[in-house]
Amino acid sequence: MRSPHRRDTLPDPPSAATYEHFAHQFESVDHQKEVSLLGMWVFLTTEVLFFGGMFLAYSIYRHAYPSAFAAASHEMIVWAGTLNTVVLITSSLTMALAVHAAAAGQRRALLVCLTITIVLGCVFLGVKAYEYRTEYLEHHLPGYAFEFEAPYAPQAQIFFSLYFMMTGLHAVHMIIGIGIMAVMFWLSWRGTITLEYSSPIEISGLYWHFVDIVWIVLFPLLYLVGRHVH
Amino acid sequence: MSTEHAISKRTYYTVFFVLLVCTYLTWQIAYFDLGPLNTVVALAIAIFKATLVVLFFMHARTSPRLTWVVIMASLFWLGILLVLTASDYLTRNWI
Amino acid sequence: MTSHPPARHYINNGYGIKSWLLTRDHKRIALLYLTGVTFFFFIGGAFAVLIRLELATPAGDLVTDETYNKLFTMHGVMMVFFFLIPAIPAVLGNFLIPIMIGARDLAFPKLNLASWYIYMLGGLFTLYALVSGGVDTGWTFYTPFSTVSSTTNVIPTALGIFITGFSSILTGLNFIVTIHRMRAPGLTWSRLPLFLWSMYGTSLINVLGTPVLAVTLLLVAVERVFHFGFFDPALGGDPVLFQHLFWFYSHPAVYVMVLPAMGVVSELVAAGCRKPVFGYPFVAIASLSIAILGFLVWGHHMFVAGQSVYAGLIFSILSYLVAIPSAIKVFNWTATMYRGAVSWETPMLYAYGFIGLFTIGGLTGLFLAAVGLDVHVTDTYFIIAHFHYIMVGGTIMAYLGGLHFWWPKISGRLYNEWLARLSAGIIFAGFNLTFFPQFVLGYLGMPRRYHAYPPEFQVLNVLSSAGASILGFGYLIPMAYLMWSLRYGQTASANPWGAVGLEWSTTSPPPTENFAETPTVTWKPYDYEHAISAPEGHVA
Repeated sequence: MRSPHRRDTLPDPPSAATYEHFAHQFESVDHQKEVSLLGMWVFLTTEVLFFGGMFLAYSIYRHAYPSAFAAASHEMIVWAGTLNTVVLITSSLTMALAVHAAAAGQRRALLVCLTITIVLGCVFLGVKAYEYRTEYLEHHLPGYAFEFEAPYAPQAQIFFSLYFMMTGLHAVHMIIGIGIMAVMFWLSWRGTITLEYSSPIEISGLYWHFVDIVWIVLFPLLYLVGRHVH
Repeated sequence: MSTEHAISKRTYYTVFFVLLVCTYLTWQIAYFDLGPLNTVVALAIAIFKATLVVLFFMHARTSPRLTWVVIMASLFWLGILLVLTASDYLTRNWI
Repeated sequence: MTSHPPARHYINNGYGIKSWLLTRDHKRIALLYLTGVTFFFFIGGAFAVLIRLELATPAGDLVTDETYNKLFTMHGVMMVFFFLIPAIPAVLGNFLIPIMIGARDLAFPKLNLASWYIYMLGGLFTLYALVSGGVDTGWTFYTPFSTVSSTTNVIPTALGIFITGFSSILTGLNFIVTIHRMRAPGLTWSRLPLFLWSMYGTSLINVLGTPVLAVTLLLVAVERVFHFGFFDPALGGDPVLFQHLFWFYSHPAVYVMVLPAMGVVSELVAAGCRKPVFGYPFVAIASLSIAILGFLVWGHHMFVAGQSVYAGLIFSILSYLVAIPSAIKVFNWTATMYRGAVSWETPMLYAYGFIGLFTIGGLTGLFLAAVGLDVHVTDTYFIIAHFHYIMVGGTIMAYLGGLHFWWPKISGRLYNEWLARLSAGIIFAGFNLTFFPQFVLGYLGMPRRYHAYPPEFQVLNVLSSAGASILGFGYLIPMAYLMWSLRYGQTASANPWGAVGLEWSTTSPPPTENFAETPTVTWKPYDYEHAISAPEGHVA
């Protein structure tokens, strides 16, 4: 018999007559899947409000200090931000393909797509680390010998504070997302993900896409303000 | 039963391509001075991209109505936070 | 119906501490929360004792200024975040929601257990902050004092609240998903007990509001450590922005505290009068309206903070609007009692107490919604009296009423009815003696958060402190007889009140799976006309 680790397809679900893979509070596998998806959507709602607080702070201060924000945003490393946007959008594609593969029982495709998603996530974090290091060396880290051209210095510090808070929290969410994807990879590898029970992939996918969406909105707000100046 | 197959791989690739084009656009448009429109255009493109991700990658298009209610509620509440707070900051100098 | 408890129920289904600490049964988790909230309630209460002791004399002679600042801060933090917010939802909500909808458990039982651990972790974090020096910023953490000047344990306290906030968020998520998707066959929205409508509204607030508090506290902690400048005027920040972010959550939070209480009162009034609640659809929609409108009024905490006058006017009008659904509920409960078979059992006593005291507290809220009046009484004892009428006179009375009403179901035992009525009376008297004088004090100008005051205010303060000791004593009595009943109380039948509701159709205590088989619901809520059983005698 072939080793389960060499399969191209997901293992057959246990026969319905003997065992069905759902928790006791649910009525059926479909019920469990529908409810779990709803749970993740509700959780993403809380995340919208969580990041929303910082978007509020950003919009208030940008409205108050437009020139300082433009000057500060001008110092952002645009190629890094744009590259990261492309990286994340691609990772969303591979995530969507992973969900598609799981639903179609294509084990190898699922594992490949999950791997690429994880790799792209790590690339994102690597680029971010480079950016943070550069900004630290340029004295743009608020609270630590922050330096910026006058007269924008204090308000530029607020911009950079928002930048570090928002991208920092986003990065924390990315790290958690990569961790979740690693778990998904492991579950797919060992055969827990079956044609019948593929909802964990879809549910984690929702989280991953959300983290992508946050970045899609952050990118122009942080990197592209006042770009047209000189 | 499940509706994942309602969105084909080809659709995913198309959406991906559109997202890349939009990213390129938003990056390039930033270098032109459109005055206050810069912000409007940048946000509009960002919201459009986010919508595509929600509709297609997150399967909102084929999801039950309750999912739509949840999505709309989150946006509406974010709106309350932003708009009502703005009502303070925008009117501070009126009196 | 016999009074013998079933052989196997959720309490004896598995022994040992591991079976409780690793349980996934929502009923056991409810009891875990009961221990937690009771513990934190007494800690918060201890601070209240010290406060009222200090305020018995005009001079600030019992404690120093700094210590007094810490006392009222910790009292507020403990009571708001670790007692009032979780009490009814996490104890009564956790226990009753699956049973009331005919389900075997919540949608996500493991998440439910995790929520309890998160709650306890946050609570212990904050407790650590207390004992290692305390916090003096007020439970409201206003900036820039909390971010720049305060030398106390702001960050551990903020982090403790941050952590516990996730417990509220995840519980709210669990409840919303459960109520939407786990109802028994036939249980349409229009057949839901009103407690569930209230819990649904509460969960909406928990899910939508708490994340904003979380990010705000994170900003405070980060600002304090890194001096980022979000709220520091010296760096271009705006302290009022903190208040917007803080009150965006903390105003709806007061509806988290009172909506479940209203849900309990609806159940108590229906059962106590053996009648459907008058105007059921209106009460149900009112729960949702309070949840939604509650998010639109937070600026009424900021009329004198530097907020624009025009924003103040908008928030003022919206604050008047949010009073309407609460008033609808009070009128409908009263109408329910009209020509009902009104009873005087302990849960009903607490329900009447709630209706009266909440009305007073709510009406004084309308005074505060008027900008002009608020300018005079803000930051005085009028505010303190206002919110204590609602939180203590309202929420805590409803909590105790609910605890007594469902005690036979939860524990399988009956408590001593005469002792219970006596303590309800003591609590009611002690409460009013404590807080009514504070309305007068506030109107006369005594400011809040000061431990020294002009001598002419002493008489009222002494009355208030005397009331507080009676109230404190009153709270100890139920602790005693409820715990006593666990061991020695008369065993309860499945439906000692003769009430209508799914929870009364299962045994006392219920089995772990709640029902022998999933019920199919075909009746209206509170269908007392067609109820078969008469109330059974149960006075001990």
